[in-house]
Amino acid sequence: MASALINVPKKAKRGEIIEIKTLMSHIMETGYRHTAAGQLVPRDIITSFTCRFNGAEIFRADLFPAIAANPFVTFFTIANESGKFDFEWIGDNGFTETASAAISVE
Amino acid sequence: MRKSHASTRRRFLGLAGSAAAIGMVPVVSLRPAGATPETMAAAIRNVVGTATVQTGKVKLDVPPLVENGNTVPMTVSVTSPMTEEDYVKSIHVFNEKNPQPNIGNFYLGPKAGRAQVSTRIRLADSQKIIAIARLSDGSFWSVSADVVVTLAACTEEVI
Repeated sequence: MASALINVPKKAKRGEIIEIKTLMSHIMETGYRHTAAGQLVPRDIITSFTCRFNGAEIFRADLFPAIAANPFVTFFTIANESGKFDFEWIGDNGFTETASAAISVE
Repeated sequence: MRKSHASTRRRFLGLAGSAAAIGMVPVVSLRPAGATPETMAAAIRNVVGTATVQTGKVKLDVPPLVENGNTVPMTVSVTSPMTEEDYVKSIHVFNEKNPQPNIGNFYLGPKAGRAQVSTRIRLADSQKIIAIARLSDGSFWSVSADVVVTLAACTEEVI
């Protein structure tokens, strides 16, 4: 059910600094909330987010329960060559999700 | 007639005010014991080790007053040329009153171009947030920001 929203410019000039915006649908249950009956709701969060460009890691984040639901992360990178961004989210209960986006640099 | 009207209004406002004040108290005390300034200091020690943390270079953008602690936009940026010789290795964000002292760790490299990261965070109470940047030369720089939160996140009941 999970799904990713990625915003990467399709084209960029060589050497340009581009912004990458990512959003992953996820409840990010903190593990600190209780039901009305007093039962603790088990933690279910995304713990790690990685962005690779043509296989090389360019950005990584450790996420904690203090990250809001549907984690939205934006960061920057220099567009040096055309290629593919691969995004990967890893979380509790075996959660893994990937997405990718291509960019052409001229 | 006019006088009594005014006094009724004044009394009503006074009552309303004190009711609001009483209402505020349990909201704060309901929060279970979580991170404290001490655990935050320990979490920071885990990251920086024995290095001294200097103030400056880092900019932390969070709204000073937040109505809903469940999604608080946050941007951390670091003044750095971001070259192969001088760049930001990582950015770490901490808080002092959530159940856990960590908010997030972000690892960058010289290819980032600009040392800036944005996300949305949760805040369980009005508190201080600290962002620390690790530079490629091994130095640590920090900044803190105070946020007032009206509706707390993380620990509310699930219905």
